[in-house]
Amino acid sequence: MTSPSTIVFVLLSMAMLAYYAGLRRSVAVAGGTRAVRRLHSRPTYYGLLTALWCGLPALLIYVGWQAVETRLITHWVIADLPPDLQSLSPAQLNLLLNDIRNLIAGNIAPSKIDPQIQAAAAHYRHIQYISHAAVAVLVLCVALLGLVLSYRRIDTRLRARNHVERLVLWALAACSTLAIFTTIGIVLSVLYEALRFFKMVPVTEFLFGLHWSPQVAIRSDQVGSSGAFGAIPVFAGTLLISAIAMSVSVPIGLMAAIYLSEYAGKRLRAVAKPLMEILAGIPTVVYGFFAALVVAPAIRGIGQSIGLDVSSESAMAAGLVMGIMIIPFVSSLSDDMINAVPQSLRDGAFGLGATRAETIRQVVLPAALPGIVGGVLLAVSRAIGETMIVVMAAGLTANMTLNPFKTVTTVTVQIVTLLVGDQEFDSPKTLAAFALGLLLFVITLGLNIIALQVVRRYREQYE
Amino acid sequence: MDTTQLKTIDIVKQGLERRYRAERRFRRMGLAAILISLAFLSFLFITIASKGYSAFVQTRIQLDIHFDPQIFTEGDIGAADYPRLVKASMAAMFPTVTGRTEKRQLYALISSGAAFQLRRMVLEDRALIGTRQSVWLPADDDVDMLVKGHLEWDGGRLTPAQVKWIEHLATQGQLEKKFNTTFFTAGDSREPELAGIWGAVSGSFFTLIVTLLLSFPIGVATAIYMQEFAPRNRWTDLIEVNINNLAAVPSIVFGLLGLAVFLNAFGLPRSAPLVGGLVLSLMTLPTIIIASRAALQAVPPSIRDAALSVGASKMQMIVHHVLPLALPGILTGTIIGMARALGETAPLLMIGMVAFIVDIPSGFLDPATALPVQIFLWADSPERAFVELTSAATLALLVFLIVMNGLAVLLRKKFERRW
Repeated sequence: MTSPSTIVFVLLSMAMLAYYAGLRRSVAVAGGTRAVRRLHSRPTYYGLLTALWCGLPALLIYVGWQAVETRLITHWVIADLPPDLQSLSPAQLNLLLNDIRNLIAGNIAPSKIDPQIQAAAAHYRHIQYISHAAVAVLVLCVALLGLVLSYRRIDTRLRARNHVERLVLWALAACSTLAIFTTIGIVLSVLYEALRFFKMVPVTEFLFGLHWSPQVAIRSDQVGSSGAFGAIPVFAGTLLISAIAMSVSVPIGLMAAIYLSEYAGKRLRAVAKPLMEILAGIPTVVYGFFAALVVAPAIRGIGQSIGLDVSSESAMAAGLVMGIMIIPFVSSLSDDMINAVPQSLRDGAFGLGATRAETIRQVVLPAALPGIVGGVLLAVSRAIGETMIVVMAAGLTANMTLNPFKTVTTVTVQIVTLLVGDQEFDSPKTLAAFALGLLLFVITLGLNIIALQVVRRYREQYE
Repeated sequence: MDTTQLKTIDIVKQGLERRYRAERRFRRMGLAAILISLAFLSFLFITIASKGYSAFVQTRIQLDIHFDPQIFTEGDIGAADYPRLVKASMAAMFPTVTGRTEKRQLYALISSGAAFQLRRMVLEDRALIGTRQSVWLPADDDVDMLVKGHLEWDGGRLTPAQVKWIEHLATQGQLEKKFNTTFFTAGDSREPELAGIWGAVSGSFFTLIVTLLLSFPIGVATAIYMQEFAPRNRWTDLIEVNINNLAAVPSIVFGLLGLAVFLNAFGLPRSAPLVGGLVLSLMTLPTIIIASRAALQAVPPSIRDAALSVGASKMQMIVHHVLPLALPGILTGTIIGMARALGETAPLLMIGMVAFIVDIPSGFLDPATALPVQIFLWADSPERAFVELTSAATLALLVFLIVMNGLAVLLRKKFERRW
């Protein structure tokens, strides 16, 4: 009777009812369907206004109550516990609450639980029952009140359309703030856990430490029991793989963009461009699978045949495949930038007798360079944040090396390895992932802001 | 004098050949760049298709099963010893096999899922008890790989005796490759021959439903507000900067947000499509907003002016005229955003959708995994048969993506208007 779906269903039906009531009332107030013109707004707006007043406040109350209900009930149940249980430590109290909740959900047999907890569970269930009933009654009353009040306000002079439109506008504006809340959410959540991490491991050690091995031993007398959280090797690995990726994607992407925008005929363009975009649409997990299955063994094989010692999870494999993934990104951004260069510059160069290649190299590219640099920076930030390819094809050992055939690890790989599986949110091992996440967020954000500034300034130059 | 004095045109001509060579070289480099990327694209598709297509058939072994009434106790038919039925039938087929280890090797040819299949059959139709039936049962994955030619016939995985039995079964016509329905209907499993993608596909479906329900209305509302109503001030500038930055935040950071906020702060269940959908909708929002704004902007002012001039309010003008005209563009952007969300893996790893889940999820709160995550999980499995399954799942994912993107292109082609 008081389940969420029932309540929402009842509210929706009431709102529908309110819509028709408001509609009919407005027509009646105007004096029949032929005299609707006497109304300030069209009848549907009176219906909508009534429906909104009926459904919206009630719904907001309901959602608000749902958000705090569990916490409030828990608080009340704890307050009513026998004093010897109340004096337990927070952790033990938490366990106790879990027992109570499991008991209510029927996950454990009641016979195994001591009677005090059973009493608490019964109390919990009682309060829950009261709360459900109370909120159902409250919500229905509010809905009814809203319906009656707005129904009685209907009158030929009521500016129903303006009211409805203002409400809609508020809703639109509220939606648009979500982007800000998301950013705030990211920053706060990552920052909060990162700060907890920095309480255990000093910031300087994290930022400048040269050793990364986050496995914290279980016993304190074991070797390496404290773990080492120096992020430099992790970042070195990220940069190495990104550098390989960029040295693949920038030349190929740029040359492809030049060919497509300056040389290719209409038909080749129409075929090649969408095909290149497909590369951008392939999920990264597919690239990762491909890198691990085909590219890494191939590179290892080639390396061994010429006498190189290649690791099976070499930076080369991940970087190469990542570079291919970024090609369309680089090429479409460069394409935009090359197209933004005014035709008059090219015509000037042609008029002086330059060949196409000379025009491109000496006129178009220098003119488009700031924009292309911006695009490349965006691509770098994407390479740094790329996860699946490196998780599947790069390794876990944090090596400080410039040798692309060695195993390196990246920031994203470490975040995934530290957070997949069971976590305890009080060990530096888990929290380190958030510190890495914070660093990742800050770096990519910085790169993006710089890149967007560069691109914007460049665009303005030719507009 | 005449011979040493060169005219400008001669100097130009002398260099011309070199310059034309440079021109051709440059041009060929451009073409090569395109060809390299396209070659890689086709290489990727061909590799995955050639490794994956064999997963659509599966080796099955025909057994003569005698549903012996003695092993079925009255009342609890589901708890009967079904593996014994399979073993008895195998032993009857190869009466010469006697030793303990030999017998164990013989029984290993059949998948452990065979017993479950018999159990399902009996539970569906009790009249089977006491009868003899000829049933096609899935073979073990090693047998499957051997028959498909992925294992050496004298390799280490199967003993010579096992290989001989397999050859015997094949010549008898009791071992055949049949269409692999398991792959399309089952959930995950530790046994490759019993694993399927249906669980992951349903998980992806529920996740995408949540994503669509949240990101489409909110994205369109934001786009309308920003494009049509928002005054230009610091606040709206801030929103705009935020939207653009969110579009470029690495996806894994959204996963961290989901872990810290939705799981730890709000206490939503781990591995649930609901949480996955929440995280993915935050990720797709910027895509939808940017596409919707472009679509709204493309509607010409003359239409707005016409609506306003006949007395429509601004809201009426947008809802009745601008929005319907911009809808194809908005939908195209939404589909592309959804396609990207379907292929997204990293944030789902953070919120626990990587668990090993056998059951098919049936709701938004059931533990589930998603198709790309399933690919990631299988890619990690050591068995040879999982390589085939991973490739096949990848093919399935690519087919979904191609259909979605094709739909977007079609929409754009059909409704694109030049004003």
